[in-house]
Amino acid sequence: MNPSQLIAIFISAVFIHNVILSRFLGLCSFIAISKETRPALAMSGAVTFVITFSSIITWFIYRYLLVPFNLTYLRTIFFILVIATFVQLVEMVIRKISPALYRAFGIYLPLITVNCAVLGVAVLNVDMFFVNGKPVAGSFFYSVFQGVCVGFGYTLAMLFMSGIRERLDFAYVPKAMREFPLAFVIAAIMSMGFMGFSGFRF
Amino acid sequence: MKKIFAEFLKGIIKENPTFVLVLGLCPTLAVSVTVSNGIGMGIAATFVVVGSNIIISLIKGFIPDRIRIPCFIVVIATFVTIVEMTMKTYSPLLYRALGIYVPLIVVNCIVLGRAEAYAQKNSVLNSLFDGLGMGIGFTLALILISAIREILGSGKFLGHLLFKGFEPIFLFGMPPGALLVIGLLLGLFNLLKKERV
Repeated sequence: MNPSQLIAIFISAVFIHNVILSRFLGLCSFIAISKETRPALAMSGAVTFVITFSSIITWFIYRYLLVPFNLTYLRTIFFILVIATFVQLVEMVIRKISPALYRAFGIYLPLITVNCAVLGVAVLNVDMFFVNGKPVAGSFFYSVFQGVCVGFGYTLAMLFMSGIRERLDFAYVPKAMREFPLAFVIAAIMSMGFMGFSGFRF
Repeated sequence: MKKIFAEFLKGIIKENPTFVLVLGLCPTLAVSVTVSNGIGMGIAATFVVVGSNIIISLIKGFIPDRIRIPCFIVVIATFVTIVEMTMKTYSPLLYRALGIYVPLIVVNCIVLGRAEAYAQKNSVLNSLFDGLGMGIGFTLALILISAIREILGSGKFLGHLLFKGFEPIFLFGMPPGALLVIGLLLGLFNLLKKERV
């Protein structure tokens, strides 16, 4: 594990391959919940939390269950089941412990099960940090760190998008372009901005 | 018979998953760089939605209501795994081009949406045609988007060069191009819908 690798993962996950604007994962929630900043931030918090912990869980499952028993071809089924169960568990725990927090992002939690970003990161971690079923050095730490970074990239994109869309309320927009079409065009322009980062070379 | 035909047709235009329901956009945008990728993704997703619709409508009586979503997801994930393994064996090139978006068919909202909204309430035959219609509607949308992107982004269609001396607009082959194309297409369809009403 070396620091330059960590910086490379950070820049790549947050800017160059931003989970929303370049990999298009979690696009549904990005378009649907980015009308105002507050719910957008709540959703981002929930997504970051779930991505981070599901990276940890799926790493252990892959390393100690799927690889030793030669079941790696079943990873999609295992991962999605674990993620769905984990999301359900988090929802129940939060409802019990903190009703205020539950109100803040409770309704967004079930949506995260079908958020492509969570499964996407789990699959990406396995693809990147396992070579022929063997974990590379520091693989666990890299996986978790990539999970955190992807969550951060998601938050960043959500924050920008909701900020822009809040201000657009006062703009005159042709009827056919209102809501979804305009949101996509804005996302396209933001994505162009993020493309500038791909000039970074390591 | 007429009803079945209507179930089949509605997925293609009236309830087109991409342009009307705005579902399952992640794979649509990510793989639509070339038409052949788009067709591959469309066929894979069609197989999954038809298969899961059939199985779910068959077992709908046995699934307890409270844990239906995990049950649906297991059925869907099974079909996705079948597609993944088949594609890896028979067309490794396509499998590499689609990358992580093949396992991600599991979380494609279209598939789960059809299970939840249609297959768990309707008969097997109806569900089959509903799935087929939705899958073909999705494939057609993918072909449309990827054709625009491939022609503008590289001047080719299905890998064949169309024009001589055409300077390709590389932007359309990149992520921003996908978002721009789908945004403008959605706007265009809104405009056409308004005029028809």
